[in-house]
Amino acid sequence: MTERVLEILRDSFTKILIPGILVTIPLTVLAFSFALIIAVVVALIQFAKVRGLRQICRFYIWVIRGTPLLVQLYLIFYGLPSLGVVLNAFPCAVLVFAINEGAYCAETMRAALESVPRGQIEAGYCAGMSYLQIMRRIVLPQAFRTAFPPLSNSLIGMVKDTSLAANITVVEMFMTTQRIVARTYEPLALYAEVALIYLIFCTVLTRLQRAGEKRLAHVAQ
Amino acid sequence: MTLLKATGIKKKFGDQEVLRGIDLEVRRGDVIAVIGPSGSGKTTLLRCLEFLERPDEGLMVFDGQEIDMPTAPKATVAALRKRTAFVFQNYNLFLNRTALGNVTEGLIVARRMPRSQAEEIGRRMLAKVGMSGKENSRPQELSGGQQQRVAIARALAGNPDLILFDEPTSALDPELIGEVLGVMRQLAEEGMTMIVVTHEIGFARNVSNKVLFMEDGLITEMGSSAEFFANPRQERVRSFIRRLENGQGE
Ligand SMILES: Nc1ncnc2c1ncn2[C@@H]1O[C@H](COP(=O)(O)OP(=O)(O)OP(=O)(O)O)[C@@H](O)[C@H]1O
Ligand SMILES: [Mg+2]
Repeated sequence: MTERVLEILRDSFTKILIPGILVTIPLTVLAFSFALIIAVVVALIQFAKVRGLRQICRFYIWVIRGTPLLVQLYLIFYGLPSLGVVLNAFPCAVLVFAINEGAYCAETMRAALESVPRGQIEAGYCAGMSYLQIMRRIVLPQAFRTAFPPLSNSLIGMVKDTSLAANITVVEMFMTTQRIVARTYEPLALYAEVALIYLIFCTVLTRLQRAGEKRLAHVAQ
Repeated sequence: MTLLKATGIKKKFGDQEVLRGIDLEVRRGDVIAVIGPSGSGKTTLLRCLEFLERPDEGLMVFDGQEIDMPTAPKATVAALRKRTAFVFQNYNLFLNRTALGNVTEGLIVARRMPRSQAEEIGRRMLAKVGMSGKENSRPQELSGGQQQRVAIARALAGNPDLILFDEPTSALDPELIGEVLGVMRQLAEEGMTMIVVTHEIGFARNVSNKVLFMEDGLITEMGSSAEFFANPRQERVRSFIRRLENGQGE
């Protein structure tokens, strides 16, 4: 590798890392938090078989899982303005990623809820507890424990998916890299570099996941 | 004194009539054994009394309060459940709680009792069922007999007027049955009112004071346990008892 390329790599590392820390991570954290909220609500509605709402939830999951994330991003960012709804790029990305990931996580949560032995719900009733109390204190904590590994998986997936936000003008790591490539004509080195940074992010998350699992093994069950 | 009187309980699953008109009277201090062949509706009856199933028909008078079983509102059911308790065949302990947590959960959450007071009661109840020292054990770390004793402690915690037991020893290895029956016998001696669905003929004979025989959704024979075993009226009952005595269960 030439001196020049090393120079570019050294130079661009922080240039790429900064939008990683300022955009990719906040985008992931915000979108995933909202996705979790959506997931819990949607999973609970289905688990409790709330009439009417349940069909809406199934419809939501069906549509979201049946269409590409990239198309969803385009639809909301470039499509909605023709209906007069104009969103800034970053909030739009948060919104789309949250809605998209929410559908997948909802299915994860639902499966986890179904896996909690049902008898505990009846035991809760017999102890005088209400449905919501039983859910909050007995069923959801156990479901979260079951769902933790697949949810972590989704989170790690989302870190990488945020690169799609470049398509709707969010200046995150990937778009930043593209710009540097356009300037320097070193695609191989620079795309390898940004890949490495994604890898570092995901490695940290994997470590955190493992620590979290260990912790949960003690806390719940 | 009558604690619970139920009349005309009927329950269908689909078009299968599982309970076809059950009348039942429970007096304070009664220990009622419910026996009968598989599928006769014993579990369903118990579940109806706790409103885990909603009866299609039936009237209940609990400690003087009339409850129309098909229409009883949530609040009435919740209030009733605070005065009764249920012990399940499969224990159904809360898996994310310790033994002590299982006993205190209902006190803290449903009865809004301060934790310290709940834990004091919890420890006392665990001691009562011989589970002192296991307060911090998780259900997964306990044997079936120990889990069921925790479940009984949990049932006792709310100081219920009536405890319903659905085959509390049926899921247990034979060598663990005794420890659970021992606890139940002790409760009976202390005057606890209980309805116990069981295949343990010894318990029905020696501990309970009344026996009900169910068949096909009806109570077809009942009496004091002395009478019931000395002189069953129906041949059906006689042969059922004989089979239980020979240890063949069903
Ligand atoms: N939730 C349910 N849905 C449909 N059918 C049910 C349900 N619960 C019970 N049944 C049916 O009702 C009948 C009575 O069941 P129940 O469990 O009350 O009998 P049981 O006397 O307790 O029997 P066992 O001694 O085997 O426990 C059975 O035929 C059973 O299949
Ligand atoms: Mg049964």
